[in-house]
Amino acid sequence: MASGQQDVEQLVARKYRHGFVTDIESDTVPPGLDESVIRHISLKKGEPEFLLNWRLKAYEHWLTMPEPDWAHVRIAPIDYQAISYYSAPKKNTDGPKSLDEVDPKLLETYDKLGIPLHERARLAGVAVDAVFDSVSVATTFKKKLKEAGVIFCPFSEAVREHPELLEQYLGTVVPTGDNFFAALNSAVFTDGSFVYIPKGVRCPMELSTYFRINAANTGQFERTLIVADEGSHVSYLEGCTAPMRDENQLHAAVVELVALDDAEIKYSTVQNWYPGDENGVGGIYNFVTKRGDCRGRNSKISWTQVETGSAITWKYPSCILRGDNSVGEFYSVALTNHYQQADTGTKMIHLGRNTRSTIVSKGISAGRGQNAYRGLVKILPTAEGARNHTQCDSLLMGSDCGAHTFPYMEIRNPSAVVEHEATTSKISDDQLFYCRQRGISEEDAVNMIVNGFCKEVFRELPMEFAVEAQNLLSVSLEGAVG
Amino acid sequence: MLSIKNLSARAGEHDILKELNLEVGEGEVHAIMGPNGSGKSTLAGVLAGRPDLEVTGGSVTYRGHDLLAMDPEERAREGVFLAFQYPVEIPGVNNVYLLKAALNAIRKHRGESELDAFEFLAIVKERMKLMQMDDSFLNRGVNEGFSGGEKKRNEVLQMAVLEPALAVLDETDSGLDIDALKVVANGVNSLRSPERSMVLVTHYQRLLDYIVPDFVHVLSGGQIVRTGGRELALELEERGYDWLRAGADAA
Repeated sequence: MASGQQDVEQLVARKYRHGFVTDIESDTVPPGLDESVIRHISLKKGEPEFLLNWRLKAYEHWLTMPEPDWAHVRIAPIDYQAISYYSAPKKNTDGPKSLDEVDPKLLETYDKLGIPLHERARLAGVAVDAVFDSVSVATTFKKKLKEAGVIFCPFSEAVREHPELLEQYLGTVVPTGDNFFAALNSAVFTDGSFVYIPKGVRCPMELSTYFRINAANTGQFERTLIVADEGSHVSYLEGCTAPMRDENQLHAAVVELVALDDAEIKYSTVQNWYPGDENGVGGIYNFVTKRGDCRGRNSKISWTQVETGSAITWKYPSCILRGDNSVGEFYSVALTNHYQQADTGTKMIHLGRNTRSTIVSKGISAGRGQNAYRGLVKILPTAEGARNHTQCDSLLMGSDCGAHTFPYMEIRNPSAVVEHEATTSKISDDQLFYCRQRGISEEDAVNMIVNGFCKEVFRELPMEFAVEAQNLLSVSLEGAVG
Repeated sequence: MLSIKNLSARAGEHDILKELNLEVGEGEVHAIMGPNGSGKSTLAGVLAGRPDLEVTGGSVTYRGHDLLAMDPEERAREGVFLAFQYPVEIPGVNNVYLLKAALNAIRKHRGESELDAFEFLAIVKERMKLMQMDDSFLNRGVNEGFSGGEKKRNEVLQMAVLEPALAVLDETDSGLDIDALKVVANGVNSLRSPERSMVLVTHYQRLLDYIVPDFVHVLSGGQIVRTGGRELALELEERGYDWLRAGADAA
């Protein structure tokens, strides 16, 4: 062939593996959004009045907000009245008391996804909460966690069992009116996970939530709140999949993290929502607000994300470094193939003295994918001795894709040290030929090179997830070189 | 082992090899010498299957197979190894990881079991001693930040681990100081065997002081214009290439 460039341009096309639909009866409210829908959701969930009022306030605020248009993405208008805001698998009782009561079809779904909910078939030492459409279907390892004093339960259960904790922390990191999608989520969120780690406790296992969109024409609006009390430590993993559908589906989640003095939260995401087909039809709109508050001294919040799915990804897991000596980290791999678009990055807001942040972003663009890094480093006058290091690397495969970097810096303290490095590279024909000359197939060579590019991020992931992330990348890139 | 007949090849718009003929028998070491631009590296590249080179005529038979019909990775698995003139850097990919993947791809092709990390490391460490390389090589990125000499040494290390039947070394001596040259030559010499053939592409006869070839060929204008023994290299050292170039034109 005339040039290996053409090889590279062909390297992207295996089928999405999680695109099946579970045939299960569900209780879905008709499409549309008004106050009555919100009251309906709140009633279904048996929520206390403060929460209903909180939702209604968010809804009122949302009505006044324009949809944001500053991201580097092209998006068809979303008809918010065409979405159903609540869908739950139908079941006899209010909720399963144990795994035995969970619909076998749901368990089968999670087995297909490789997420065994049966504790006996568990991933070693990982407790899983699974959210199917709008409700949480099962949380494993409850007993063991309870012994450690750790609360890990569906959000709707926390509403009933721990309303005082919710009232204290909900919306304190991402206020109801924070942004358009956060406001929408606050009004209509249906379930999610709640985690509380008591003082001085090191959570005895990795916690994990698996999100699954199944029903058609629904949105998924889950809410996760993690509170790490003084001196505690937790590692939390999140995975996401959805069936293949021709229409776009909206996923607008909110995640709030609170770390008190000397506490540490490590939050890892492997996002594999349905990305749409190779012509850009269908796929999930992934508009997520994630923010961590390092509220206490010496606290640490670390975000690691591997974003391979979704038609459009729009998220900026951020850290507010309020406590003195607190540490924020953001490690990201975002891959866009075919017509996928990603506008992702982070915000590091330095308020406390000697606060430190690290940003490592790896963007991979293939096909006609568009990948933007957007990041803000803000050092306030109070943040004496703050430091930031940012590294943004882009890898391009083929000539029809794009990589964009939008770094913003606001430095208002002269003692700050802020560094920014950025590179853009291509997988070269010479690299591919070198590997092939050593006996390695072209596809394996591409995977090897891409994984090498992402290494700094993958090593931040817990072991099981690191393997999954590598596999996911190779699946997402299959066919990108032919 | 290798039979090249009337091979013509081009790079982009330029015809480089013009009906080149070469026979390499089992266990033989052939040196290909010639002035810059004579087609030495193109010949090495065509044998390895460089995608940007186009074969326009002739045939290459390797152990009874049509080499030109095979993909680069297939050739490698069948025992063809190219030591690159300019080994490429692959950031973040571990040197030893690439080598293990390569060895296991070749073993799998041969129907042998894949080696685990321990078995593999034992082999690599032994070969590294031969090349006087320290353990830090194992964990660095492929050629990442390597000096010119380190890159060449790494190429020969890979050859020592992969144990090819036909090794093509493209200017493996260029850019080496005399100490590094000795190490590389020593490594290559230790790999000489009755089952292994080698083609050494070189600009200078210096390398041949250390690796003594069975045959020396002079490549000029895309053809082999003179074949001889080791003494031909010495003659070239003394007289340069011009007298042969002129002879080629006259022929």
